[in-house]
Amino acid sequence: MSSQQQFGFLDEHAKKEIRRTALKAVAIPGYQVPYSSREMPMGRGFGTGGLQLTLALIGKGETLKVIDQGADDSVNAVNLRDFIQMTCPGIDTTSFTEEADLIQSRHRIPEKPLREDQLLVLQVPYPDALVIVESSEAKRKVLHGEADYSRLLVKLYEDIVKFKEITIAHRYPTRINNHYVIDPSPIPRWDVPKLHNSKALTLLGAGREKKIYAVPPYTQAIPLAFEDMPFRVENFDDENGQRRACERCGCTDSFLDEYIDSETGNKIYRCSDSDWCEEQMGFPRSDTADYLPETTVTNVKSSKELVNA
Amino acid sequence: MRKVLEVSRLSKIYGPGCPSCIEKTGPEYETNICPDCNSVVAAHDMSFDLYQGEILGIMGESGSGKSTAVKCLFFDQEPTSGSATFYDQGQTHSLFDLNKAQQRRLSNHRFGMVYQNPHLGLNFDITAGGNIAERLLMSGLDHYGDIRERAIELLARTEVLTQRMDELPRNFSGGMQQRVQIAKALATNPPLLFLDEVTTGLDLSVQAAILDLILEIQQQEKTSMIVVTHDLGVIRLLADRTLVMKYGRVIESGLTDQILEDPQHAYTQRLVASAL
Repeated sequence: MSSQQQFGFLDEHAKKEIRRTALKAVAIPGYQVPYSSREMPMGRGFGTGGLQLTLALIGKGETLKVIDQGADDSVNAVNLRDFIQMTCPGIDTTSFTEEADLIQSRHRIPEKPLREDQLLVLQVPYPDALVIVESSEAKRKVLHGEADYSRLLVKLYEDIVKFKEITIAHRYPTRINNHYVIDPSPIPRWDVPKLHNSKALTLLGAGREKKIYAVPPYTQAIPLAFEDMPFRVENFDDENGQRRACERCGCTDSFLDEYIDSETGNKIYRCSDSDWCEEQMGFPRSDTADYLPETTVTNVKSSKELVNA
Repeated sequence: MRKVLEVSRLSKIYGPGCPSCIEKTGPEYETNICPDCNSVVAAHDMSFDLYQGEILGIMGESGSGKSTAVKCLFFDQEPTSGSATFYDQGQTHSLFDLNKAQQRRLSNHRFGMVYQNPHLGLNFDITAGGNIAERLLMSGLDHYGDIRERAIELLARTEVLTQRMDELPRNFSGGMQQRVQIAKALATNPPLLFLDEVTTGLDLSVQAAILDLILEIQQQEKTSMIVVTHDLGVIRLLADRTLVMKYGRVIESGLTDQILEDPQHAYTQRLVASAL
């Protein structure tokens, strides 16, 4: 990196604007604050919103963890981490949730509960939960302002009429601090309760849509539902009603991904959060900056191999 | 009798408006387009009161401004001048002084509107039950079972087969769509209902059934209604009092029987003579 380049890639004015936007977002929980999303050296839709937040907030001596679909070693996570490391000299990276000061994530919130001194940045493709029922942004703003989410609830009503349950699998509309309903980014329903009264601050950045919003610590985050049709998370029971376990670590209380075993053709289930899985397997938790654990259990294929198979 | 609505000097002019707009339009000039500035005086100087359980008819030919008046009161359009006061549950609301949020609140919770075209009142992409649920959800009900129950009750009340409540309204006949629209308007038990040409375009037997339903609702719920129509039969059957409009002006008003038996204005005389 040349010495002329800014720390954090963005110029100071851009960083200042993003920090101010984030402050406003924290002050009005769930409100989508517009900001002038900068051009980044990657396509919009690849996490530029989250990336700009991370670059504006991280400082020397702090430790970063980047995850994509729960894994630290997937392509998007590796590229983002490399880019941030290159443009922010003096930061550390880690794959251990408990070591990270700032966690940038796509699709998952770590299984391990976050602490007050940690910060979660989520990459958001579609920030507005109302977009499925109202195409005009001007009208959506009015609906948000008046907290009128009856049309979203009608969508849930129609789901129950047709399918006897609510069919939204991810991006589950969630009401923050009793007013604004947010799209909590494409996290599964499993992760939505983690936002509720979370100890860590969650910032959500949509680069393409130019919006930043927040779920501040100790703030109510209630998924939309009916009194007699409560919100529920994914069910991982097998046909016998037994909770499936991760086939690597045996954990029975984490979010599982389904793979097809390339040799037997059977379905197998594994923790989606790779760091959690490795912790359950008793991998050493060291504080080296080396973010990818070298060791893997020999007779088990890595999730990447399975996906590519 | 308790007063529900008081409208005073309501006017709506489309266009820039000029001092001669009012002077050079109206029934005497047989136009509502101002010759100087081409503004359209859709309605001018309308005043009337409405009492609890009363049905007020507004009659007139197309373009006479009868729908404009109702649209202003339901906040679909903004009036140029005039005032309207709504008396509700011990409170007094000056309709045109409220902000948009308060206006939407009133129209969602305390008013009901039934349009001539069901496309305006119903969302055709969601089921009949969902359409009613929307209004119930707006009023804060969040119990699925209760919403279902109330929707079934309303559809039964408006004689829609409740087995069909989970169908899209586009599968329904025109009369059925109109009934679903009425059920939706009634969902929050509004004290004031606006009916804009509700029976126009329906066949006669269906018209009669819808009119019966409206009368039944008026008698049972003591709902006040403003009925806009060009159909003398509808006026005769429903309205206690009637306003007759032409070129944006009220040319005659009074008890419906009186107007139909002894019309004073030449236009009303022609209208009554041609229809009966």
